[in-house]
Parts: sequence; structure tokens; C-alpha cells
Amino acid sequence: MDTLLDVRDLHVEFRTRDGVAKAVNGVNYSVNAGETLAVLGESGSGKSVTAQAIMGILDSPPGHITQGKIFFQGADLLSLHREARRQVRGAKMAMIFQDALSALNPVLSVGDQLGEMYVVHRGMSRKDARARAVELMDRVRIPAAKERVGDYPHQFSGGMRQRIMIAMAMALEPDLIIADEPTTALDVTVQAQVMELLAELQREMRMGLILITHDLGVVADVADRIAVMYAGRIVETAPVHEIYKAPAHPYTKGLLESIPRLDLKGKELYAIKGLPPSLINIPPGCAFNPRCPMAQEVCRTDVPPLYKVSQTRASACHFWKECLGD
Amino acid sequence: MPEPLTPPNGRTASEAIGNAGAGGTMDFAASEAVSIGLATAPTARARSLWSDAWHDLRRNPVFIVSALLIVFLVVIAIWPQLIATGNPLACDINKSLLGPAPGHPFGFDTQGCDVYTRTVYGARASVTVGVCATAGAALLGGVLGGFAGFFGGWWDALLSRVSDIFFGIPIILGGLVFLSVVTNATVWPVVGFIVLLGWPQIARIARGAVITAKQNDYVQAARALGAGPIRMLLRHIAPNAVAPVIVVATIALGTYISLEATLSFLGVGLKPPTVSWGIDISSASTQIRNAPHMLLWPAAALSVTVLAFIMLGDAVRDALDPKLR
Repeated sequence: MDTLLDVRDLHVEFRTRDGVAKAVNGVNYSVNAGETLAVLGESGSGKSVTAQAIMGILDSPPGHITQGKIFFQGADLLSLHREARRQVRGAKMAMIFQDALSALNPVLSVGDQLGEMYVVHRGMSRKDARARAVELMDRVRIPAAKERVGDYPHQFSGGMRQRIMIAMAMALEPDLIIADEPTTALDVTVQAQVMELLAELQREMRMGLILITHDLGVVADVADRIAVMYAGRIVETAPVHEIYKAPAHPYTKGLLESIPRLDLKGKELYAIKGLPPSLINIPPGCAFNPRCPMAQEVCRTDVPPLYKVSQTRASACHFWKECLGD
Repeated sequence: MPEPLTPPNGRTASEAIGNAGAGGTMDFAASEAVSIGLATAPTARARSLWSDAWHDLRRNPVFIVSALLIVFLVVIAIWPQLIATGNPLACDINKSLLGPAPGHPFGFDTQGCDVYTRTVYGARASVTVGVCATAGAALLGGVLGGFAGFFGGWWDALLSRVSDIFFGIPIILGGLVFLSVVTNATVWPVVGFIVLLGWPQIARIARGAVITAKQNDYVQAARALGAGPIRMLLRHIAPNAVAPVIVVATIALGTYISLEATLSFLGVGLKPPTVSWGIDISSASTQIRNAPHMLLWPAAALSVTVLAFIMLGDAVRDALDPKLR
């Protein structure tokens, strides 16, 4: 398979008044064409910051990429000129945001915003772009697209708005889509529909998809592979089904056990003890050690490298064998 | 609501109960519900911020009254001959300080000029100064403040300090110093002075509005989809940041008019032969006991004008930014 995106040893830090927050500390992952990679993690684990660094929309200052390379279709994005980089965005890679209501401009009609993609990147006339906008809305199954193309974002329901967001991202048939918690702001009934639509369009166009989420339910259905992030590092990567069967990192295990289960109804819900570490002051050794039930002395001193668990799996835990074992 | 959605052929069911009348009303309710359900989707008008604001404004009596007054003022400013046939500069010293007479309803001033004609012609100076100064200050302040908010960094720091300097100049004292050296008798030095001292206020508002708009997800989204900085600023940020600027500018218009009158009263604003309410109020102030009519009319005209613009600003603010109410 051809590698579409390859992130190597990415470091991002935010220089704030309170100190330097190390949001991403050596992330490695790759996405193949047509593949879905789910990036899983709590808030503040660095999953969105990694995505912003890939897209090149990191707020800088205060955000700085201090180390690493991002190869996209063979070219290092970080060495591209600003203008060349801008032309990649939207056309070759696009992003879907969490909250479509705030990610759509309230003073422009959705038709204008969809059409803008063609005006900016393809130099189309407004009239042609409008016609394409209607096609796009049809494609993401918005009823009466022709009548509604002139409507404003607040006139659509949450699910419809997210469809429009997806349509915008898909407009130029990019090779890579990053969806940052695309269903978090939607209610459950609509979540499944939107995920289905996304997966279907992805299959059709053979795009790479990075799905950023903290919802393990969403992941199981659509992802091929999972990367679990904690405190700015990837702690485990594995094909989706293997990770559900037998996690090789205590953090992943904790996440999976935190899902409410019907057969354990009435019992206390499991939660990982403690809080995610402050990114300004990441604990020495394994960042997860203060919360880890398996932590030993070595975890407090040595940062675990990504151990190869199998051909397709890796875990950043000194005791991955024990974790996998029980 | 399963009941109102019963199709018209549901009548058979209700007739079976043996109550044709009840069945009839239910059918009526049903067809009405269906037609409403069908009608709402396609007829819901697309409403943007601006059409929403216009919708609110048209129903606001404060807006209607102030807008009518302003339209009247502007018409008078352009064509004073419409309601005043005389010449404001044709004076008869024999009629100095005389009260109202036939054809001269407001009486005469010290020079024997017709107060009515002068009051009507005075609108031109006030409206010109108000509108031009506001346009200039809004344009200058909006552009500079907008760029400062958008680009941030040293450009923002520089602009903020410069506007602080202008904020520090007392406006009347500044007017006395700057304008006393000007010999040009037209309205333009006054307009220029007001723009010079008025833009920082608007720049601050514009800067704040742009910074707020810049943080919105849709600006980030536009960037993620490949929009360049100019497009982001003009198409995504500016339309979402312009409302507070318009509000402040409209309210400022009224204060600029009164500022012009103040400067003219002090003798550094407009100068004769330009006809201005400020000048007339100034010359009337020494004759309050002998000829109060001289003060009354230009002062009333000035008050009503300023009030109209400030009321308009209030109405626009309510419509554009309900949170500020």
C-alpha cells in the first residue's frame, strides 16, 4: 500500500506565560490511501494539536513545531513555502470540525461557503460554483438542496450542518481528510448517519481518513487502525479489532474498561484514577505512571520506547507483555 | 401528534363512531396541520444578520422617528431653498434683534438676518461635518484597527500606542490649538480635525471586533480549507466584525455634530460667512436677555439633530447587537 501521510517524531510546544506546554512529544503515525486511522485520547492528549500541525493551521505564536517531519505524498510539508502549503489545504487535504455551527460562517449562505471552495481553488465563476454547491449538497443527502442552497447555517439542524461541513471538506476530492471529533456535537441518532456518510464517501473516493475522537463506539465501526495518545505521545497502535480484544497498554485498557457495559449494570462505573498530567509539567518516566495500576520503579525513571508487539502492533509500556497477558 | 395528521379519509373512522360533526372539525384540523407542515419548510425566508436587523428596525418606532428626521435634515441640507426662500446672508441692519414678523417667523439676529433662513441653512454645515467626519473616522479607524486586530504583533502594539496618544489629547483644547491656526473658512479643516481625533475610538472597537471574530471556528475552518489571509479578512472576519463599528460610528455622528457646534461656538470651528448653528448660538449668547429667539431656534435645531442621530445609533445598536441592549 502506498503511504499517504507519514508523521515522524513530531514535537509541538506552546510557549505560554505559565511556561512551555509540551503538547506533542514525538508522535509517529502514518496513513495509507483509503485507510482510516482513529486517533484516540482524552482532552489535552495532543490529538487535535497533531492534526492542526498536519493541516498547518496551528496558531503560531504560541504554538511552535520544534522537531519532526510531516511527509504528505512524499513531500515534507514543513519545508513547503507558505503559499504552496495553502494550496495543499482544501485541495489535497481537508478538515472537518467538531461543531459545525461555529465552523460555518453565520453571515454567508451555505451555498456561498460551499461554492467558495471552487472559486478559491478552481477559479470558477460564482454561478458555476453555486451549481456545484447544489450538487455537493445532494451528494451529502440534504433534502431539497436546490431550495436550501441560499439558506444560512443556523437554519439547518445539527446533523445537516455537519453534512454541509463534510460536503465542504469533500468538495475538491482531497486525498486526506482529518475529522476532528465530527460527531461529538451531534445527538446519538444522527451520529451514526453522519459517520456512515463519511465512511461511504471515503470508500468511494479512496481517501485517507484520520478520525480524531474519544468515542470508542464510533471507532469500532469505521476505523482500520487505532493510535492511542496520552500526554502528547502515542502509547499504543494496533489494528482496531486486536486492540479491543487485548490491549497492550494499561491506559488503553483503562479506556476500554471505562465504557459502560450492559452486563455490568448496577455496578460502579470504572474510571481511570487521577487526571491527565499538566503538559507544562509532564511526570518523568512514563507519563501515565502516576495513574497506572501496573506502575513499577522503572516506570518512574525511564520513558518507555514504542515496543514492537507484533508486525502490526506497538505499545509504549515497559510491561506490555504482562498487560497483554491478563 | 398522531391525531392532527390523520389523512382526510380518516372521516370514515370518525363517522363510524357516529359523530359526523366531530369528524368534520378533525378533518379541518388535519388539513390545516398538513398545509402548515408543508408550508413552513420552503417559505421560511433566508435571514441573514442584516435582514434580521432590518426586520427589527422597521418595527422600532425610535428608528422610524429618527430616520424620518434625518431624511428631512439631509434633504434640507442639500436643498435648503425648498423651505427657505430667503438668503441667509442678506441682512438688514435696521431689523436688528426684532422679534417674529410676517414672513420671518423666527425673528432677526443682531445683524438683522432672518433667523429662520439661517437656521435652515445651518443644517448643511452640521450634516456635512457629521457625515464626512464619521465616514472618515470609520474608514480610517476601521481599516487600521482591523489590521491591528488581524495581524497582531508589533503592528498592533504600535497602533495601540498611537491611538493612546490621540486619546490623550483633550478634544476642545486640541481644537483650540489646531484650528486657531487654520484660516480656511470651509468645513474641511473641522472635518479633518474630528477625523484625526475620532478614529482611535473606532479603531479600538474594530480591533476588538476583529480579534473576537478571528477566534471563531469558521475562520480556522476557512484556513483549513485553503483560504488566504486577505480572503479570510475580507470575507469571513470583516462581515462578522463590522456591526459594532457601524453602531459606534452612528452614535459618534451625533457627537461629532455637537462637537462642530462647540468648536464653532468657541470661534475656532466654522467661520462666517459659512452658516452654522454653532456660530449663531455664539452670537446669540450675548443677547439672551434682549432677543432669546436668536438662541432658541438654532439651539433647538442642533439639539433635535444630535438627538436624532443618537437615537438612530441606539436603534441600530439594538438591531445589530441585541446583547448590548
